[in-house]
Order: sequence, then C-alpha cells, then structure tokens
Amino acid sequence: MFILLLLILMPIIAGLTALGWGSRVGRRLLLISVAIVHLLLTAFLWVSRPELTEYGWLGVDDAGLLFLSITSVLFLATSVYTVGYLQQEYSRRHLDTEEGFLFLAKPKAVYVGCMLVFLGAMTGVTLSHHFGLLWVFMEATTLASAPLIYFHRHHRSLEATWKYLLICSVGIALALLGNFLLAVSAKAIGDGNSTLVFSNLLAHAKQLNPVWLKAAFIFMLVGYGTKMGLAPMHSQLPDADSEAPPAVAALLSGALLNCAFLGIFRIHMLCVGNGQAQFSQQLLILLGLVSIGVSATFIIRQRDFRRMLAYSSIEHMGIIALGVGLGGVGVFGAGLHAINHSLTKAALFLVAGNIFTAFDSKFVADVRGLKRALPITAVLWLAGFLSITGSAPFATFLSEFTVLKAALDGGFYVVAALYLGMLGLIFIGMVNNVIPMAQGNPPEFPSDRPRREPLWSVAPSAVLAGVVLLFGLWLPQPVQHVIDNISASVNVQQPMSVAVLEKKP
Amino acid sequence: MSSLSDMILILVVLTNLILIGIGDVRLSIRIVAVQGVMLGVLPLLMFDQGFDFNLLLIGTATFVMKGFVFPWLLFRTMHRANVPTESVPMLGFTTSKVAAVLLIVASFWVGGRFRELTELQHGADLTLPVALATLLSGLFFIISHRQALMQVLGYLVLENGVFVFGVAMAHEEPLLVEMGVLLDVFVAVLVMGVAMFHISRTFDHIDIERMTELRD
Repeated sequence: MFILLLLILMPIIAGLTALGWGSRVGRRLLLISVAIVHLLLTAFLWVSRPELTEYGWLGVDDAGLLFLSITSVLFLATSVYTVGYLQQEYSRRHLDTEEGFLFLAKPKAVYVGCMLVFLGAMTGVTLSHHFGLLWVFMEATTLASAPLIYFHRHHRSLEATWKYLLICSVGIALALLGNFLLAVSAKAIGDGNSTLVFSNLLAHAKQLNPVWLKAAFIFMLVGYGTKMGLAPMHSQLPDADSEAPPAVAALLSGALLNCAFLGIFRIHMLCVGNGQAQFSQQLLILLGLVSIGVSATFIIRQRDFRRMLAYSSIEHMGIIALGVGLGGVGVFGAGLHAINHSLTKAALFLVAGNIFTAFDSKFVADVRGLKRALPITAVLWLAGFLSITGSAPFATFLSEFTVLKAALDGGFYVVAALYLGMLGLIFIGMVNNVIPMAQGNPPEFPSDRPRREPLWSVAPSAVLAGVVLLFGLWLPQPVQHVIDNISASVNVQQPMSVAVLEKKP
Repeated sequence: MSSLSDMILILVVLTNLILIGIGDVRLSIRIVAVQGVMLGVLPLLMFDQGFDFNLLLIGTATFVMKGFVFPWLLFRTMHRANVPTESVPMLGFTTSKVAAVLLIVASFWVGGRFRELTELQHGADLTLPVALATLLSGLFFIISHRQALMQVLGYLVLENGVFVFGVAMAHEEPLLVEMGVLLDVFVAVLVMGVAMFHISRTFDHIDIERMTELRD
C-alpha cells in the first residue's frame, strides 16, 4: 500500500518542487532521478504483487500493472530526451517556418514540473481501484499536460491547447456522469462506503442494475473515449499530439491514451460480469472500426509527418478497442498491441522531433535525404515505420495478426475484411510519406544548425524500438502471463494466447 | 427530497434558459454563479436520515467555489485578457431559445423512459430530467458560442448538470472524491483562464472560430 502511494505522490511532490526551483541542473537531475526511481518501484511491483483488498481504493491488477509499466518505461525514455532537448532549446532560437516569426520557448521550470505531475496523475489512473478516484486523476492528466502542449507558445500550439483542454474536459465531465450512473446501478449492492470501489463492484457484478450499467458504459465510453482519441470523439488528438514538443507527444500518444482506455476497460469488465458483454463488445467493435477508418482517410492524404503519427495513434487505439470488442484471443492481441504501439509511437515521435529540429519543417515535402543527413535517425524512422504498420519481425505484426484471428474465430468476416483493407490503406499512405523522406539528397543546412545526432536524441528511441523487435521474436514469460490474465478477466473461456504464439511464423 | 429542492431544480432549468437567451458576458458569468449558489444549497436539503456532516461540507464547498471563486476567476480573466463583453450565438438568439426548449423537452422524455425501465428511488422525479437538461444546455452553449470565455461557462453549466445528478442520486460518493472533483474543476477554470490570457495576447482576440490553422 505504501509503495503505491509513493509511486503516485513522489512525482507530484517532485513536480511541485520543480515548479518553484531555480536551479536548471537541479531540476533535470530531479526529473531523471524520479524517472529512475519510478521505474525501479514499478519493477518491484512485478516481483511482489501487493494483495488486492476488497475495499482498497488503490491496488495493482494485471491491466493496471501493464499500463503502469508502459507509462514508467516511456517516462524514463522521454525524460532522457527532454534533458537533451531543453539544453538545445537554450542554445538556439526558433524560427517558425510556417508563419515566419521568431519565438522562444518559455519557462523550463513549468515544463519539468508539469511533466512530473503528469507522471503522477497517470500513475494514479493506473493504480486507482475506485471509479471516482480514477476520474479525479484522469482530469488531472488533462490539466497537467495542457501547459506542456503550449510550451512553444506560438499560434498553433495555443490553438491545439485550447481544443485539447476544452474537448477533454467536456468529455471527462460526461465520464463523471457515467460514474454517478454506475453508482445508481450499484444501489442494490448497498454498503454505502464502497459503492464505486472496483473490486467490490466486480465481486457483485451480477447484482448491478443492467439498464443503469449500460447507460454508465455509454457515458464512460464517450467520455474516456474522447481522451483516448476514439473516432468520432477524436478531434483534439491530432492537433495536440502534432503541436506538442516531441517528448510530450510521445507521452500523450504512448502513455496517456492507454490510461484513458483503462477506464473503458474497467467498466467493460463490469459489463462482462453482469452478462452484458455483447452490448459493450458491439459498441467497442463499432468505435474501433470507425477509428481505424477515420485515421485511414486522413493518413492517405496527410502531408505533415507529425500529424500522420497522431492519426496513426487513433488507428491503433481503434485496433485495441476492436481487439477487446471481439473478445477471445482479441483481448490478448489488444493487450500486446498496447505495449507495441506505445513503445513504437513514442520512439517515432522522438525521432520526428529530431527531424523537425534538423529540417525546421513538419512537412514531408521539405524533408529529403534523411539517410545522408541523419543516418541513425533515418534507420530508426524506417524501423519505426515498419513496426507501426505491423511488419513481420516486430511484435506489432503478432498483435495485429492476433486481432485479425479473433475476428475470423468469431465469424466476423466483414469486420476482418474491413480491418485488413484499412490497414492496407494506412500502409500505403505511410509508405508514400516515409520513403521519400529517407531518399534523395539533403538540402544545404545553415551552418549554425546542429547537424550531428547527439546520443540523447537517438538512444531512447533505439531502446524502445529494440524492445518491440525483441518482443516480436521472444515474448518474456511474465509479460505473457500478465496479458493472459487480462484476457481471462473479460473472457469466459480460457485464454488462447499460447496457441497463437506457437503458430507464430 | 422536499418540495424546496424540487423548486431549486426548476430554477436551475430556468437559469439555463435565461443563459441561452442572453449574450452579455458579465451577466452570463453572474447567472452561472447564481446557478452555482443554488447547487450549493441542494446537498443541504438532502438530509434524509438526519444531519450528515459530509453533505454539509460538500454543500458549503460547492457554494463557495461555484458561487464565488469561479466567477471571481472568470471576471479576473475577463479583465486581464480584454474579453469583449458581448457574444452572439452562432444560431442567433431565437433559434437558440427554441433549441433550448427542445432540449428540455427531450430530457424530460428520456427521464420518463428511464422511470419506466427502472424503478427509480424515492421521488427523484425531477432529478434525471433536470440533470440531462442542464448537461445538454451546457453542451449547446459551448457549441453555439465562439468566444473562449463563454465556452468555459458552458463547461461549468455542463458540470453543474452532472453535479445535480450526483448529489440527488449518488450521494454515497465519498467526501474525498467529491473534493477531488471540485479541485479538478477549479484547476481547469484556472488553466483555461491562463490559456485564454495567452490566446488573447498572441491572437489579439479570443474568438475560437477564427483559430483555424490546424485542420485537415
């Protein structure tokens, strides 16, 4: 119990300290050390799982542990990048290529502080076992990340921040109504003080009133779905993720979207327990397909590579929702896909940050000759592209294939055909953008621009992409075990992941 | 549930209607403040089984925050960001009012349907329709106004709708969580205010409709 509190409070307290701390070096040391301690504590949770108490507000279950670990790993990677990035920001002024005016990135203390508070809030989401508490932390993630998005304080990032703040807050307010509807649905359980405690609800899921439960599910799906970027509630996401600084975009896409999905997954578990699995699964399949479809349409004609990555996040959230909606092995696929997508997308956003810094443009048309100008970045960019489109040696292939298998197993042939077709379209759209960027001769760089690739700018992405590659070849037993348990929690039948893994090509 | 709380719920719906019918920003902030004060009183009328310290605390905190702190923050933002004092809804006033009435009718219809489907608890006849009507009015308000500050007001009205439902139907929500919710909304208004300040400084206006650089 103490360790859980420590995981949540340590980053928040450190963040508040950083907000008022003058020393530049001290703040960066604080950021890195909190990231390392957080990862160590998370690793400790894998070894010794504290018992879930029935009325505990905080707890570690398999889904929470998985998303907490993803968040923690990404945070360490992004904070290493951030330290280098902030150093670079000190040494150069930016020229906004689109609008042609100079701007200076503003206070770094706010940046580091908000990043740490953001970590604390996300940790809170993954460890909350009380729907009310989960809501409070979820809204806190919005508020802590908003100042991060407008770090550069130019027109576009302000516009993105406003949309993000307002749309997410409205969405989350709808999820709060979902909480209250759930409380009404749980009236029959009685026991006033633990109405919204997750484990208590799950234990008595059969007694929940189905009509109120369904209403609660719809409101939470719409509310947390807004945050997660499920179409058609996705409109804030492409703006926020493409205008935020690279490390922030990596955290938003890689860590925050998963956290939002956790809220939906928890109420889905209650629907399954209540015998309403079909209802929630159908909605998840529908929104999943719509999300993949929407992102396919926008990726095909996307000429801005960071926006392309943002739309790709919508696609992958769609795949996760689809996997959970299909049930069976699909849930295993979704769990594995959450890991793969998060690590790959974070790596890609960091690499895109390097490209943006070197070429001072976010448009595909302006970037040429990446292979010559930034060789390591180019390799990572191509590897990330292969992984995000689900190409064979990467684990993404395995998870996307598993979701397809779930569709075929369940007899959803139309869904399977649509899924494959849209993934194909997205592949074509991304090839058209990524390959021309790597080829050709780089433009002449002005002499004052940093052209070399410092270690901080490539090492985090390389490690993240490496893990996805490793998982594609060999999935460690504990990870597989955790995803199996997640799968078992919403499947009546036994998890079939082992069968799928053995058939791996 | 007393007749007094029913009266407050009806007043809440009326404030929604008034809000949609006016375009004066200062007056709108005051009306939302009045709505907040009424919502602060609501928990105090829920003493079904005698005195309840939690409800008293929630009511007082809501009363102070929604009735006084939020309006103060908004007026301060208005002053600092040079917000214009008028905002005309995109659909015009008449259409907006008609739409608002339709939203209320729809809310009462949905509330009635829910009463048929589930056996609602003690006399909560008005709660669900009023909560829905307030929530939808807030959403409508956000969509129909282009000015950033009016959108924040819409968000507050929407949140009020959720609050009505929470207080009347689910007052088991623990005190700590209620306070967390209130704190989040407070910080949201604060951060939105800061964002508005930066928007007005960068763009020289806070007209969201004119912020159209990000699109596909």
